[in-house]
Amino acid sequence: MIVPGIAQAEGEQLVGTLQTSRSGPIEGVEITVTTASGQEVDSVETDEQGRWEVDLPGPGEYVVSIEADDLPEGVVLSGEDSRTVTVEEGRRQAAIIGLNDGSREGGGGTVRAVQLLVDGIRFGLLIAMCAVGLSLIFGTTGLTNFAHGELVTIGAVAAWYINVQGGVPLIVAALIAMLVGAAVGALNELALWRPLRRRGTGLIAALVVSIGLSLMLRYLIQLVYGGRSNAYQDVGGGRAVDYGLFRMTGADLASVVISIVVLILVALMLQRTKIGKAMRAVSDNRDLAASSGIDVNRVILVVWMMGGALAALGGVLLGLSDQVQWDMGFRLLLLMFAGVTLGGLGTAYGALLGSLVVGVFVQMSTLVIPNDVKYVGGLLLLIVILVIRPQGILGSRVRVG
Amino acid sequence: MSEVIDAIAVAGKAALGFQAIFFVLLAVGINVQFGYTGLLNFGQIAFAMLGGFGIAISVTKWGLDFWVGVAVGLLAAIVLALLLGLPTLRLRADYLAIVTIAAAEGLRLLFRSVSATPLTNGTRGISAFNGDFLALAPWTTNARYRILGTSWSGGELWVAVVGWLLVTLSCLLIWALMRSPWGRVVRSIREDEDAVRALGKNVYVYKMQALVLGGIIGALGGMVYAVGTGSAIPDQYQNANTFLAYAALILGGAARVLGPVLGGMILLFILQFADAILRALIENGVIPEGLLTSTDVAQIRFVLVGLGLMLLLVFRPQGIFGDRREVMLDAR
Repeated sequence: MIVPGIAQAEGEQLVGTLQTSRSGPIEGVEITVTTASGQEVDSVETDEQGRWEVDLPGPGEYVVSIEADDLPEGVVLSGEDSRTVTVEEGRRQAAIIGLNDGSREGGGGTVRAVQLLVDGIRFGLLIAMCAVGLSLIFGTTGLTNFAHGELVTIGAVAAWYINVQGGVPLIVAALIAMLVGAAVGALNELALWRPLRRRGTGLIAALVVSIGLSLMLRYLIQLVYGGRSNAYQDVGGGRAVDYGLFRMTGADLASVVISIVVLILVALMLQRTKIGKAMRAVSDNRDLAASSGIDVNRVILVVWMMGGALAALGGVLLGLSDQVQWDMGFRLLLLMFAGVTLGGLGTAYGALLGSLVVGVFVQMSTLVIPNDVKYVGGLLLLIVILVIRPQGILGSRVRVG
Repeated sequence: MSEVIDAIAVAGKAALGFQAIFFVLLAVGINVQFGYTGLLNFGQIAFAMLGGFGIAISVTKWGLDFWVGVAVGLLAAIVLALLLGLPTLRLRADYLAIVTIAAAEGLRLLFRSVSATPLTNGTRGISAFNGDFLALAPWTTNARYRILGTSWSGGELWVAVVGWLLVTLSCLLIWALMRSPWGRVVRSIREDEDAVRALGKNVYVYKMQALVLGGIIGALGGMVYAVGTGSAIPDQYQNANTFLAYAALILGGAARVLGPVLGGMILLFILQFADAILRALIENGVIPEGLLTSTDVAQIRFVLVGLGLMLLLVFRPQGIFGDRREVMLDAR
């Protein structure tokens, strides 16, 4: 079989996580797994991350049941207290038990819309942070970098190793991850793209090279990190705080604040500093910039390092809200492209604005479409935008052929 | 030594089996779009998915005939090509790339989602729809046949025979098309779109035709794969497969009729051979368990494909059989 494999654990397992947005992870709930014929396999309690796992004797049908009395106040089961799961050979099968903390229904439609708007802004800022580098790289070199998602993953995974394996607080780990991201970005430019530009490799060839790089890095990460998703350690702020119209966990609030501060710093840098002005100049017209004495290669190197660092930070924030996974960056890449295209390929502020719109759109779309297809909505938006205004919101018409 | 011979036999079977046909057809389709016309379709796997699910859904959910299912799959592929092409073909090349990759990923997410479960069975996918096709085989499909040290089931053999027939037909079609005025126009579009426009040709229409034709061939590949495995599961159609097909095409040589065919066979041979050898080395303890386990092998081949794709593009963009002058592409 040539189908991309999901990393397999030794033997069959059933796993799951109990958490809701309001209560955070739920600890100490008893989960019992029995075979289809009613024989008990094992009974476990969820840990402080809300996670549980049961080793199974073999593939087959199993019934997972939950002790509803163990649930904290305010959290109720949204369906049955047990469900039947089929486990295939060698699979680490997730069993999802629907929980309801009231945040989905209470207060009617407008409150839910506000909640989703806030979530969308958080998500959009996160996409923007990852996408600024993508857009600037496109602007300065013309490269459509399909390996940008891997910069995001590398940041998140690096921070996970430092945080969980190294026992370093997440904030420090995130800063180190940004350094790693900048280093990887610099390596990208120095070891691959600068030599390729010198050889005069065409842009389409470069694009396919970036796809090869993306494929290689993605599966290298899976090889090293594995196929599981993991959360950061000792984060705190897992519980949602009520702000009247919406609720937000401390971690999410921190994510919004960090994104806004960082993005403002980036904007100030682009607007005020010499290197920022040089970046915009190279983006606008490379030859003109070079002839007015700007060291184009140095500017591009700085863009790569900045893009790498920002993507790494975005990865850490994404890992904070959605856990760390080997292909998280690649899944985000498509939304980054949507945001960048929406805002106008190659413009830094366009990437900001476009990503914000995409983030809000993706989250708000769950008002009408199911949660598991919300990314599809974002991708549809991209196609619609290309029909109406291909140069994007802030793009200029000449950029389009 | 016996391991090496076994590995060659296994890899040889892979290079002739339905998986190879799947990638060859994907690559032949991409060759029309990318090799000849210069269109960057990175969502080829979506066409294959529509082909496979076209049959699967038509037969199992709607109770239609197998051959009607084939028509449904092809029709779906045409509709997808039109939908993707309409907004993007007037724009610069990389817009099509972004939109196609987004559409492929989006469609896969849609097909595996809970809301699509009544139609696609969600992540579990559909099986048992290829009975009508296997019944047409002139030999017993349940028996196993030994050919040159490899064991084939009758069904596999039948799928492979029909699959290679499809490959031959599509190659003949492309050979004929590329000798025709149509082929000269699309190749000129690849080289200089504006010049073609200046000659009064409607570039947009030609690009659209190339996109549709490549998509149809990709859908045929998906059908061969679905019938070969006997199941259609959304996660079989990961977009890494598109890039494997690109690797096959570039390895063999883009803008050559037989480039994708030979490239696909060689690629599958290399991948399967590396796979078998690595597994044998791990089992015999030559590679220590701590360094690599047999479950890691599946990832290694994608690492190798990614690396190979980069090296080919940088050092030998024309592949094994290609012509360097034909593959000097640049974005517009």
